[in-house]
Amino acid sequence: MVDQFAPHIGEHTVDVLDNLGVAVEFASEQTCCGQPAFNSGFRSEAYPVAEKFVEIFERVNGLIVVPSGSCAAMVRNYYKDLFRDDEDLVRRAEKVAGRLFELTEFLYKFFGPSAVRGSSNKTVTYHKCCHLLREIGIDEEPVELLSGLEGIQIVPLERADVCCGFGGAFSVKMPDISSAILDEKLDYIQSTGADYVVAGDAGCIFQMQGGLRRRNSDIRVVHIAEALTDSIERGKRSRNRQ
Amino acid sequence: MKPVTTNFRNKAAETLEDKQIQQSIEHVYTGFFQGRLSAASETPNWEQLRSKGKEIKDHTIAHLDYYLNLLANNVQKNGGNVFFANDAEEARNHIIKIAREKDVKTVIKSKSMVSEEMGLAEAMNDEGFETVETDLGEYIIQLANETPYHLIAPAVHKSRSEVAKLLDDNFREGDPVPDANQLTMLARKKLRSVFERADMSVTGANFAVAESGSIALVTNEGNGRMTTSVPRVHVAVMGMEKVIPSIQDLSTMLRILIRSATGQRISTYVTMVNGKRSPDEEEGPVEFHLVIMNNGRDKLLRDSQTRESLNCIRCGACLNACPVYRKVGGHAYGWVYPGPIGAIVSPVLTGLKDASNLPGASSLCGACHDACPVKINIPRMLLELRYRTAEGSASKSERSSSAKERTVWKLWKIGMMGRRRFDLGSRTSGLLLRPLVRNGWMRIAPPPISGWTLTRDFPSFASKSLKARLSKRNRTSKS
Repeated sequence: MVDQFAPHIGEHTVDVLDNLGVAVEFASEQTCCGQPAFNSGFRSEAYPVAEKFVEIFERVNGLIVVPSGSCAAMVRNYYKDLFRDDEDLVRRAEKVAGRLFELTEFLYKFFGPSAVRGSSNKTVTYHKCCHLLREIGIDEEPVELLSGLEGIQIVPLERADVCCGFGGAFSVKMPDISSAILDEKLDYIQSTGADYVVAGDAGCIFQMQGGLRRRNSDIRVVHIAEALTDSIERGKRSRNRQ
Repeated sequence: MKPVTTNFRNKAAETLEDKQIQQSIEHVYTGFFQGRLSAASETPNWEQLRSKGKEIKDHTIAHLDYYLNLLANNVQKNGGNVFFANDAEEARNHIIKIAREKDVKTVIKSKSMVSEEMGLAEAMNDEGFETVETDLGEYIIQLANETPYHLIAPAVHKSRSEVAKLLDDNFREGDPVPDANQLTMLARKKLRSVFERADMSVTGANFAVAESGSIALVTNEGNGRMTTSVPRVHVAVMGMEKVIPSIQDLSTMLRILIRSATGQRISTYVTMVNGKRSPDEEEGPVEFHLVIMNNGRDKLLRDSQTRESLNCIRCGACLNACPVYRKVGGHAYGWVYPGPIGAIVSPVLTGLKDASNLPGASSLCGACHDACPVKINIPRMLLELRYRTAEGSASKSERSSSAKERTVWKLWKIGMMGRRRFDLGSRTSGLLLRPLVRNGWMRIAPPPISGWTLTRDFPSFASKSLKARLSKRNRTSKS
């Protein structure tokens, strides 16, 4: 999804990691972890795609960073269900999963809460994407990463941990229900007065931004990698001026 | 109760438009859900209690035949009668037979979801026994001729004025609406005389304790206590998964059940029933019957992928946590058990093919798994049922996916299996969709994503993929 719809999220991820001196490689054969088909029940289709994911990433050394809690959840928590009839593949997948981290999880774990230095003049609020929160267990860590940025205003989002209604194919198959859940989310977002909503998953970002556009709202929904990159660059510019 | 799970989408759409219900149902979040959160935070060993609860249930379900036997023996030792009903009809017929034999005129009921499975109150009324629900919410639902909206709050969708209309024969549209206290007093007045003349009671069982042969009832209105002590015959009904080994286990289970259900540390009443009145006692029923019902639970039990759903203690926490339940309401699910747990139990108990929308009606946000007092992994089971809906055996009436849908995913797979095909596929789609794109977003999109753009703009394909962008960056930085 990032690769084809929001490559800037991928680039910002690389930028954030570059800035910390992490050597980043992009496994150029990669496509998808298989989650869309798996979540829709089409395991025969998800299986070879996921197997290919494992093959590609077991050839890569080092840690694997994904800018999505949802993809991380698929690999870490659900590959064992998908591959359940092949113990060997489950073990290989576990090895890959052991090296795989979601971006904010990676930043927080290896570089601490003030991993990123930068500055921002924005008022932001943070939405807790479901899979990052409940499948990976990353809760307030991204807010801590953001609150280290100079000048940033972080405002709380009411019911930040309630789903935005995206849910992959659910958002297309049951659009009325998905939108009703989204509407509640957008009401809370608009009542914060924030310029930016920061979130950690492209799907949720499209859902919320797509809905805000229909409401003619100027609020932007940005991936945390983008919020961090912007702040790093702004911080550099202001230091250069001094 | 007859399942009508095929109607999910229509019923959901209807409820989404109903402002009054949307407003009433908020209570499950602001009242129950947030109550559970604060109760959990005030309980120092909350996570250990949940794990302990899961252990108890896992163990009991793994040895269900043993504990059901032990329970039955001990109920009989206490002087009670036990009947194993294979389905709702057998259970119904057995209870009606008891009522006939004992020359019963009036039956009072306390709240029981299993009796809803049996459609018991309706059947008994049809047979000529005056049968009245005594839980206030259930009483309201009975007067409205509806089915429960929620596992523990059956009338949660009703506004106060609707309740007034049902309870007060003199209430007219436009009259000042009585407050909750006044309404409760009205119901109390009406129910009191029924309690006095009742000669048989039917209750559920939140838990049945195998080692002592007793049942435990959790209520907040005291009706459970009246129901189990006034009439001369007491019939308790339970699903066969409700047994737990010991009184000690009961202490754990009550703590997690009540906190998870309403956020209370303990309910106003916890009633323990050990069967009929003993010779030295002056009050209580002279006869006690326990009806243990299967009604398809053996299907959940046999299937290692759905067995965990039998751990459910019907607290309703997953409903309160579920963003979908809070929008579509309880009736959309079409059978006794709504919400996330209902989306697993109903398809298996009533037929997956007809109920195929239920496991699909989830964003897989995981809030149910988080809220469950016995840590049931509901999303995992929803995914399992989606798998059967998509690819299951047609002979077992599992598969309901359309040929079109199957083709879409086959094409998706082809696209995902090679990076060149993947890039070509997105470039082609991007080009085809380009006329619809304004400022990077589409207001209208063709199938299969047309549903999205009914209410949301859809992002366009990027002109260059991440791979292309990164390789360009590398070239620039190297040169």
